[in-house]
Amino acid sequence: MARLSIEDLSFAYRDREVLRGITFPVAAGEVLGLVGPNGCGKTTLIRCVDGMLTPHSGRVRLEGQELRTMHRREVARAMAYVPQSAGNQTASTVFETVLMGRRPYLNWTVSLADEEKVVAALDLLDLGGLALRKVGELSGGERQRVMIARALVQETGVILLDEPTSNLDVCHQMGVMEVLHGLAEERGIAVVLALHDLNLAATYCHRLLVLSGGSVYSHGVPEEVLNEEMLKDVYGIDAVVKRDLAAPYVVPVRPGSLEGGA
Amino acid sequence: MEQSVIIQEGYTRLKKTRALFVGGLLSALAVLIGVAVTLGSADFTVGESYLAILAGLFPGTFSAPDLATTIVWDFRLHRVLFAVCAGFGLAVAGSVMQGILRNPLASPFTLGIASAATTGASIAIVLGAGVAGGEYLVIGNAFLFALLAALAIYGMARYRGIGSETMVLAGIAVMYLFSAVTSLLQYVGSAEQLQAVVFWTFGSVDKSTWPKLGIVALVLACTIPYLIYRAWDLNALAEGDEVAASLGVPVERSMILFMMIASLLTAVIICFTGTIGFIGLVAPHITRMVVGGDFRTLLPASGLVGALLLLSADSIARSVLAPQVLPVGIVTAFLGVPFFIYLFLHRRNA
Repeated sequence: MARLSIEDLSFAYRDREVLRGITFPVAAGEVLGLVGPNGCGKTTLIRCVDGMLTPHSGRVRLEGQELRTMHRREVARAMAYVPQSAGNQTASTVFETVLMGRRPYLNWTVSLADEEKVVAALDLLDLGGLALRKVGELSGGERQRVMIARALVQETGVILLDEPTSNLDVCHQMGVMEVLHGLAEERGIAVVLALHDLNLAATYCHRLLVLSGGSVYSHGVPEEVLNEEMLKDVYGIDAVVKRDLAAPYVVPVRPGSLEGGA
Repeated sequence: MEQSVIIQEGYTRLKKTRALFVGGLLSALAVLIGVAVTLGSADFTVGESYLAILAGLFPGTFSAPDLATTIVWDFRLHRVLFAVCAGFGLAVAGSVMQGILRNPLASPFTLGIASAATTGASIAIVLGAGVAGGEYLVIGNAFLFALLAALAIYGMARYRGIGSETMVLAGIAVMYLFSAVTSLLQYVGSAEQLQAVVFWTFGSVDKSTWPKLGIVALVLACTIPYLIYRAWDLNALAEGDEVAASLGVPVERSMILFMMIASLLTAVIICFTGTIGFIGLVAPHITRMVVGGDFRTLLPASGLVGALLLLSADSIARSVLAPQVLPVGIVTAFLGVPFFIYLFLHRRNA
């Protein structure tokens, strides 16, 4: 059984249909990258999956159980979400921000076991030295890792991330993706993330789901999905996909230059 | 030493520092209450004032001169405690609003609740129309209009989709609308009525009585423990609606409930005091700079900072030009704003 499955999901903002008949499963231990141009519905899809938006039709199932029949706290123990812009409470320490991830399990007091889980997550994301610093004092990359640590202490089987590498330099992008890939492979977490960088997606995602105009254009391993035809149809660009590296590598080219003997 | 031990020890130290801060505020408040009770035309010492308070509470155990006990219990203590409760409530309401709306400028005043209360009071003063009669004409109107403003904000946000941005914009629209109505009433009112309206907007705890204190204390006792109980949800909402939802918080329901509680707190205080500005805005900021953003500490600590600030302001207002009493709203701003600016400029990441 898939850890997370989306079945024939559709959503519209008032009269404007944003998602149409989206269907895909995500297995435990899988990193699924949602890719597609701006406005194709990636963020809306993540919000529908997390239950922040109510789909007009279709279902989201977590371990076979339909999301809308589950209690909020139950969902929060099964699925975590990392937003694109993170860390509003800049006066809070890193430790407390991560501790908030225990909210689905806490009543009011914090046990020693909860604190230990926070320490372990901080350690894993190499944030130990920053634990007592305020979130407002951190760089973008550090904040993003704090948000992932918070999702981690939620101890969920699914983590959804909305463009976790936006605003990060290439080194931090790879750092974040390494962590997510490691979490999926070592802990069996199903990771679903919206990404703009196709090469980063190809390097770290087991499978890619290409969205175009609110529908699934293609779904499969990066080697199948990333090709010149898809880039032309979905993004409207000319590109060469190099296949002599470990993962397919997209090189966009200027319009018309391919005919000139690229 | 292992890093995990260092982190946990550091966090324990942080918790102790916060507890110490709250303890310090409580002690300072206890001292200030004693000092504030001595202020007035009849002169007695701080020790005598404590004794008079205790003698009233435990008549058999403690004894104080009759005059001191009468003055303290009949004239001064309710005013001092009213200032404490009002400061506490306004600061907590401000903390909640700033947190859930994620806007450092959110307060009962910037969101139009105080402005609506002023309109209610102005209608009572200028037109003599109101929901209650006699002594409660102005109070009843101010309370009703403050709640009306909260309902208007809620209605607009509900139509547009509950969220911090819609609530802030709806609040600002409400503030301008009610300010315009108040200006119109001032324009048509007589000179005496205009003076009464303006005086109401200065804010004052002059008219406190034991029954009024009882009402405010009852609302505080019913709402603040509940807010502290839901501190984790406030923490999550302060991180953003999406984060809160993913942490299992029922976002819309909670935002509405917290806004309504903050509005009720504000309404029940300012209907008796008039508009006492800055406490709801500044006290939460001052506290957040010192104890951080965790609402488990932030709520009680900012309440205590608000109480200290308002009681200090009222004490200064009563003594600086004695026997004349300055409006406390003016002194609050003179006292709170420089302190806030000092902290703002001298603390990192304020």
